[in-house]
Amino acid sequence: MNPLKRFVLSGLIWLLPATGLAQDLAALLAGLADADPKPAIEALLKSDDAKSKAALTALAEGRLFKRLADGAVVSAEKDGPMYVVTNAASGEIEDMAKEEELEPIGLDDDAKALLAHLGTAPADRKEAPLDFAGAVNALNAESFSEKAKAIERLTQLGDGRAVPVLQALADGRLFTRRGDGALVIGDRAGNDLRLTAATTLERGDVVKPGAIEPVVINNNLRNVVREAVGRLGLVSPDAAARRNAADALIGAATPEAVTLLREAAAKEKDRAARAAMMLAIAASDLNGADKALRLAALDVLSASTDLRVRSLLQARLAAETDPEIKVALDKAFAGVQRKLMVIGVAENLFQGVSLGSVLLLAAIGLAITFGVMGVINMAHGEMIMLGAYTTFVVQELFRAWMPPSWFDYYLLYAIPAGFAAAGLAGIALERSVIRFLYGRPLETLLATWGISLVLQQLVRTLFGAPNKEVANPAWMTGGFELTGGFLVVYNRLYIVVFCFIVLAAIAVILRHTTFGLNMRAVTQNRDMASAMGIRAGRVDMLTFGLGSGVAGMAGVALSQIGNVSPNLGQIYIVDSFMVVVFGGVGNLFGTLIGAMTLGVANKLLEPFAGAVLGKIAVLVAIILFIQKRPRGLFALKGRAVEA
Amino acid sequence: MGVTSKVLGGVAAAAISAALTVPALAQGTIKVGVLHSLSGTMAISETTLKDTILMMVEDQNRKGGLLGKKLEAVVVDPASNWPLFAEKARELVQKEKVAVVFGCWTSVSRKSVLPVFEELNSLLFYPVQYEGEESSRNVFYTGAAPNQQAIPAVEYLMSKEGGEVKRWVLAGTDYVYPRTTNKILEAFLKAKGVSADDIMINYTPFGHSDWQTIVADIKKFASAGKKTAVVSTVNGDANVPFYKELANAGIKASDIPVVAFSVGEEELAGIDTKNLVGHLAAWNYFQSVKNPTNDAFIKQWQTFIKNPKRVTNDPMEAHYIGFKMWVQAVQQAGSTDVDAVRQAMYGQKVKAPGGFTSVMNTNHHLSKPVYIGEIRPDGQFNVVWKTKGPVKADAWSKYIPESAKLTADWSYPWVCGNCEKPKFAAN
Repeated sequence: MNPLKRFVLSGLIWLLPATGLAQDLAALLAGLADADPKPAIEALLKSDDAKSKAALTALAEGRLFKRLADGAVVSAEKDGPMYVVTNAASGEIEDMAKEEELEPIGLDDDAKALLAHLGTAPADRKEAPLDFAGAVNALNAESFSEKAKAIERLTQLGDGRAVPVLQALADGRLFTRRGDGALVIGDRAGNDLRLTAATTLERGDVVKPGAIEPVVINNNLRNVVREAVGRLGLVSPDAAARRNAADALIGAATPEAVTLLREAAAKEKDRAARAAMMLAIAASDLNGADKALRLAALDVLSASTDLRVRSLLQARLAAETDPEIKVALDKAFAGVQRKLMVIGVAENLFQGVSLGSVLLLAAIGLAITFGVMGVINMAHGEMIMLGAYTTFVVQELFRAWMPPSWFDYYLLYAIPAGFAAAGLAGIALERSVIRFLYGRPLETLLATWGISLVLQQLVRTLFGAPNKEVANPAWMTGGFELTGGFLVVYNRLYIVVFCFIVLAAIAVILRHTTFGLNMRAVTQNRDMASAMGIRAGRVDMLTFGLGSGVAGMAGVALSQIGNVSPNLGQIYIVDSFMVVVFGGVGNLFGTLIGAMTLGVANKLLEPFAGAVLGKIAVLVAIILFIQKRPRGLFALKGRAVEA
Repeated sequence: MGVTSKVLGGVAAAAISAALTVPALAQGTIKVGVLHSLSGTMAISETTLKDTILMMVEDQNRKGGLLGKKLEAVVVDPASNWPLFAEKARELVQKEKVAVVFGCWTSVSRKSVLPVFEELNSLLFYPVQYEGEESSRNVFYTGAAPNQQAIPAVEYLMSKEGGEVKRWVLAGTDYVYPRTTNKILEAFLKAKGVSADDIMINYTPFGHSDWQTIVADIKKFASAGKKTAVVSTVNGDANVPFYKELANAGIKASDIPVVAFSVGEEELAGIDTKNLVGHLAAWNYFQSVKNPTNDAFIKQWQTFIKNPKRVTNDPMEAHYIGFKMWVQAVQQAGSTDVDAVRQAMYGQKVKAPGGFTSVMNTNHHLSKPVYIGEIRPDGQFNVVWKTKGPVKADAWSKYIPESAKLTADWSYPWVCGNCEKPKFAAN
């Protein structure tokens, strides 16, 4: 920059009034460190602006210091052994300093008398007018406490339009637009965001994520929002919305909300919604003062199996002083506990079946390549990984090219794609390496292990080392509560169903198709099958492709519950071999029983032994079992086995 | 024939090494060792750190190098194999004669290379948040110690703003970092009056993938009438299934917040975060922190890696700080001699992308600010709380009685990483 330009620029900067003010303030603050600080204090007292006031308050409280290094007046607060130094003029945090680097600014009596004027008349805060748009805009306040007030005021308006806005705030979907600072709700549309104006709820344009800035809230505020949405939802015309609203208020209702709940319950026709309302009222009555009401509330509560109710009862039990109520509480609590225990066992069983189905999915492919063909395929896990990465690719294609409404169905397209990708990789693997190694298990093991490393590094080079995000479609997210606390999660449920479909399909292929017949013929007696005109090499290739393809489909499913990373396969390879060996090599039914047994045993052990010990116990049990029955649960019988 | 093949082989070897290293003059270069896993389980996190150092080296060379010489990065791959870390470290120091090494992620890999660096008197910059309880004169720890991450996070959750949590689940992967951190946290919580009944500790194996039971247990533990939070030291690949299970079990951050110490922007890039909004992480840096240094850092990274979607994270920032400090210390010392550089490191200041100025202390740890961030739907974090200024790292936790007595101070008269008394008596 040449000197002339610099001169003009600095002249411009001096002309700016705001900068001028800050300069004045800095000069006045510097005056505070003078031998006689009175003129500076007087000047600051006259000044109306908030920063001068803040500086004076800091001075009165002894938080102003002179920094010895440069003589500047700074505000400092002790934080551990050091001081946090703030620029007194701008209020920005500058650095840390040691105690000996700062000199406190002392005050004589005159200065103290001057300062005594301070803080007598707090400035009047203007409240925004109470219309919907104004109340919504107030949500973008500076501090969390002001945001809480804004939420409260918005709720008091009783306007149903507030619900989507508040929900967006709680979900982190409320933004301010760069440029005009308008509040907008942003919903994902492909890689961009579709905006809705928060004050009018009108659809706006689609923008890049960089064009908006989120409105920050914390978990305390989320609870305030939940309560607020609950209160607003009680008057909704939709019965399900009313039920959800009442449900959100269980254990969280404020006195105003209880009044609303009572009014709503009196009018409510829908049974489920009414039950939720009664439960929410009872939960609040329990902590009230009226003894009869409290006993009645206990009656309602003891029938519930909601975890929140249990938590309420337990908290009350610890604090209760009235003996009569204590007895009733005890009874209600024991009842709820008993019901929850039964549910707990059922829940454990479901989790066991779910883990079993994951193991089964991972192992079915191996049951074909290892079980039927006898190839110790250490690259099996990588076929699963290829399926998972195919899912990722399909997802990205859908995000980029398809309308957003189609996005939820990308998984259905990923299943055949995953099968094809892994199947073709399997065929290539069989043709290029494995077919030369039939009958030499040690070499196969080493070769496939090497291939698994190659595949991992290949994927790492192509896609990068970090995990890839594979989104759950909406229909696979969340779950439904069967009964108190027993949550059936959709993605687990779908995986159980999917794994049985895959198993059934393979059983059909093996039993009822020509290809299946050929496959069984080749595995039972290769020479005889060749003599009968079956092309054994081609059957080998297709069988290996089928096993790999099934592993690919497993990868599509497993991407929904776990990582998509280059190491994905290694997580499942040991478990898969365990299932196949335990169930009996070469037996699909054995694989099914093996997977389910291992899953349920793991889940039943886990609550007592913990995840680490549980896994060890299962492994030891399998080793002992294999000692007793080397061929697994369901060993194949007959001459074929001996060949 | 034999000669030709030898020559060809030599050419091939040269081509390979040229591909691995930044091309530089054969003479007059300063070698910088990079010891991060590029394959195996840890490649997922460490590859990014290797790229960060390559970026810093390239940047420094563009500015004219160091002491009139070009910098040359020597990259080796210890393949997530802990003993191999020690071998590769020895190779870097003895064979390649590097001036400094930037590397390691897991504590077990650091513990494995520690004897090598101490024996050969070389320098390691370790960029990851860790369990503390260590101070070697050959290691500069640029990640957070527990009092710069775990303790402030728990204090935040105990505060009114954080929801006044009374019951705690300490969930971790079963190895040295979570176990030591949880030991410190347990002692801290008990010192704050939390009873043993209100603490649940749970360990899972590496890569644990089925979280149904544990998530159900957490839900039950939380339904005892007191506000509950989960402090997660779950590491690596196990996080994705853990968070997916949390989301599916309908555990909202406003009911049971989960605060994690090993989950940053890079890890979240592999998770669909729309159901995780509000769960927390504690770090010394978030990509969403707004300041000019950070804007420039993010831009530099995305330009270097040629992908505008790539994220930055805390260990990358730690490498950025560590590298800049090392460069400054070499300039100050006027040489790359390890002892001279070490002395020059103390008190070295760098304006960090995390805001504030980070200072290297004589206990070989940094002073850094602590941020608590909430997960956003786009996989970034909103800062909901931060310390007023940088916090000085304690190498030894004051909450573990036997470590509280120890002092790490490598300046006179202490000159020691774990002593109860100064090495040199004051006279």
